[in-house]
Amino acid sequence: MQSTAHAFKGNAARALEDRQLQEALANVPKGFVGKRAEARARLPEFDALRDQARDLKNHVLANLDLYLEEYERKVFEVGGKVHWAASAGDAREIVLSICREAGAKTVVKGKSMITEEIGLNDHLEGAGIEPIETDLGEYLIQIRGEAPSHIIAPAVHLTKEQVEADFRRLHRDLPEDRRLEEVDELVAEARSVLRDKFLAADVGITGANMLIAETGSSVIVTNEGNGDLSQTLAKVHIVVASLEKVVPTLEDACTILRILARSATGQECSTYTTFSTGPRRAGDPDGPEAYHVVLLDNGRSELLGTDFREVLRCIRCGACMNHCPVYQAVGGHAYGWVYPGPIGSVLTPSLIGVEEAGPLPNASTFCGRCEAVCPMRIPLPGLMRKWRELEFEKVPPPFAQRFALKSWAWFARHPRLYQFASGLVIPVVARMAGKKGAFNKLPFGNGWTRHRDFPAPQGRTFHQQWRNQKRRRARS
Amino acid sequence: MSDPASEPAGPRVGLFVTCLVDLIRPSVGFAAVKLLEDAGCVVEVPAAQTCCGQPAYNSGDRSNAVAIARQVVDAFSEFDHVVAPSGSCAGMIRTHYPSLLGDDPEYGAKAKSVAAKTYELVSFLTDVMGVERVSARFYGAVTYHDSCAGLRELGVKQQPRRLLATVTGLTVQEMSEPEVCCGFGGTFSVKYPDVSNAIVEKKVADIASARAPLLLAGDLGCLMNMAGKLRREGRHVSARHVAEVLAGMTDTAPIAQGEPVTNPGAKR
Amino acid sequence: MSPHPRDGRDAILGRVRRALGVGAEDAERRVAIQKRLYDHVRNLVPARTKGSADDLIKQFKEMLESQSAKVSEVGTADEIPELIAKELRDNNLPSRLRMGDDGFLVEIDWDRAPTLEIERGRSDGHDPVGLSHALVGVSETGTLILISGADNPTTLNFLPETHIVVVRAEDIVGPYEDVWERLRETYGERAMPRAVNMIAGPSRTGDIEQTIVMGAHGPRRVHVIVVEE
Repeated sequence: MQSTAHAFKGNAARALEDRQLQEALANVPKGFVGKRAEARARLPEFDALRDQARDLKNHVLANLDLYLEEYERKVFEVGGKVHWAASAGDAREIVLSICREAGAKTVVKGKSMITEEIGLNDHLEGAGIEPIETDLGEYLIQIRGEAPSHIIAPAVHLTKEQVEADFRRLHRDLPEDRRLEEVDELVAEARSVLRDKFLAADVGITGANMLIAETGSSVIVTNEGNGDLSQTLAKVHIVVASLEKVVPTLEDACTILRILARSATGQECSTYTTFSTGPRRAGDPDGPEAYHVVLLDNGRSELLGTDFREVLRCIRCGACMNHCPVYQAVGGHAYGWVYPGPIGSVLTPSLIGVEEAGPLPNASTFCGRCEAVCPMRIPLPGLMRKWRELEFEKVPPPFAQRFALKSWAWFARHPRLYQFASGLVIPVVARMAGKKGAFNKLPFGNGWTRHRDFPAPQGRTFHQQWRNQKRRRARS
Repeated sequence: MSDPASEPAGPRVGLFVTCLVDLIRPSVGFAAVKLLEDAGCVVEVPAAQTCCGQPAYNSGDRSNAVAIARQVVDAFSEFDHVVAPSGSCAGMIRTHYPSLLGDDPEYGAKAKSVAAKTYELVSFLTDVMGVERVSARFYGAVTYHDSCAGLRELGVKQQPRRLLATVTGLTVQEMSEPEVCCGFGGTFSVKYPDVSNAIVEKKVADIASARAPLLLAGDLGCLMNMAGKLRREGRHVSARHVAEVLAGMTDTAPIAQGEPVTNPGAKR
Repeated sequence: MSPHPRDGRDAILGRVRRALGVGAEDAERRVAIQKRLYDHVRNLVPARTKGSADDLIKQFKEMLESQSAKVSEVGTADEIPELIAKELRDNNLPSRLRMGDDGFLVEIDWDRAPTLEIERGRSDGHDPVGLSHALVGVSETGTLILISGADNPTTLNFLPETHIVVVRAEDIVGPYEDVWERLRETYGERAMPRAVNMIAGPSRTGDIEQTIVMGAHGPRRVHVIVVEE
């Protein structure tokens, strides 16, 4: 996927002007935020489970090589095949060659951020294979030619009116008098269109929420059941997953499952949690005849050795973006690449470079709500700050910004001169404001005063007044 | 009265004024001094202070952040406690200085010790000094915004509400989402003014929905942002730092309002 | 299949080990990992999973209902045919269902509901109603555990619009972890059936304006029958 992360500011400005988007985004805090809080309140052990999940994933990361070997061995034992992909390009090629070998014309896909990351759909299409997204949200954006704007609710930026218009435009057999005003009518329409695709597909591709080293199982969690239809009906099931998805045991998977859905949608659990272990067995009436796992690195092994290792704990629940005031304001597309919101602000520079994604870690108020809700306790603001530090070293800010920061810092490091200078300037500024008490225009702060007034200083600085008071006290 | 020399002196508190209070709203600093003295503290204001260093730290300029942090540590290490009328600056010293200076052979230990004794003003009063009530009066309803750093880094939530409940005549009317960020974010409001504005727009709508004529918070940065927006939108809500109300020092004009608004019930 | 699969594997594992600062022949780590894989110790299990059998059944039922499933209780398996026949009539559904070779389901005296037409085997997508037998019911989240195979074909879980699932009261457990224990007894250490489907109600989506709608791709209706005896 071509990144526009460098253009976050412009992307954000357009998003703020987009009325339909703003209307759709208003649903995010209404739905996810409240439901997560209720789910958390219903499970007293929720926060303790988060601690355990964090420790569990830290343990996995510290032994990632061994768990991956174990996982691979178990997949092999049950008749599956593991393919190791160092890069996005390798992963694309591997998937394509499996599809070609299966003689695939169409491929149905469960929801997978990893296949977004590797840009799989374009690659398959280019090779004459039709990929069909089957998660409703993913389907809606696929037919629009858009990218997901949220990792668990990819079409959260759309209104039902937009969906209706798309269906009327693209679903050819749709009678004109068919009602599509309500959400359930839209869902029924998508269901019937996609049901045929499921039944006709040659290959099903899913992601994985977890891989289990104990048994060689891959786990997907969905509410729609599309991932299950994708992997049960087609001849070939391909799982595309990144390295860090592995967990040791089935018991460990339970710990993650207990926090995943609650953090994501506020459900006690998702409707479908499926553990898939290899291809169809002797005597099985259904299930895929071949089972492949593509294990993607794409920069993650490098991250392991850096301060950003913690981001590899992420289980892609989306809680950080649901609770982020910046995400709520501009939506996911403004972030310009696959992963939006706070996790994207840390992950995107890690995967495609801070030179391209520099604006993202800066686009945070550091309000800390993402860290407060992250089920894996990833210190997202701290990691964003780390990116700011690396960016500051690698990509010096523009001159005006650098000059302002440098001069401010120089004064801040010289308290006597700072107080002398502020003692001269501040009372003058206060007099300039007169009785208004605020400025509606500032020569250097028009970003601020374009939208709000700037409170005027009261008069003399605190330190001036304090010194005088002390002098008076000393005299009396 | 007994001889003051025989009275056990209260703890020595170094007031970290914060740059915004120093420059924009000194009355908050004096309110803090009064509250601390009323609680029995001996308050001193070291002259060698400017800012906690957050603008540098959050811009990725670690070397300047370190230099400023050292300066603060030097200026405040002699006190029993360090108190700031800001959750953001107190949080910077308390939770971030140890990671900034922790490995510094000269400053590491000193920074950790200063960090451990640094508090946000209101939570210091309640949690350390055991203050249960204040003697102020304020006739009217207020609504309270939980500033992010105070709330999430320092756990400041109930403390200001507990003390506000003891102000004669005052009632707190909560907005629907007091814990949602106001969009200030320090340099964020300058780097991304449009996004910052979108956030504060929603915030002031929520503030207005509380139907209280006065907004309080514990951080001047957030207050300047919200007050500036309230004023621009012409909403009839003023804004003050919570310390001013708790100290009964509300005869100054509210933030971003020039003409003094007299509150007839306020303590003179 | 991929250009140089071994290269990919060894290069990736090499990079992981370099990043971690560990070697491949790290006996101590290997022993610790093996122990963990075979010990499969339980992590924190929520307190809500503890209780009497009746408590767990009640919780199982309530959770499923809160997740938009319908739950009925019957005393014996022989009550099931009439219950299903009535249920299908009440919902204006054809009196036809499909199930696998599950011993428990096959044993039921289906003649008690003579109008009910029963087909066997996997679904091709044209069956209005699927019937399955869940190996276990997990009370903590009201979740059914269905195991792939000829007894209960996986396609029955997802293709029919109505899914009826029978679970025996004695198979209702508190936590997920009890499921793994049962499966290890049947399938052995470090082994799993091809598919373990955890199902917690009808298929749903909230992808359009966060409005929850049932029957996104899988069943619109899930009817769980708990058999006491």
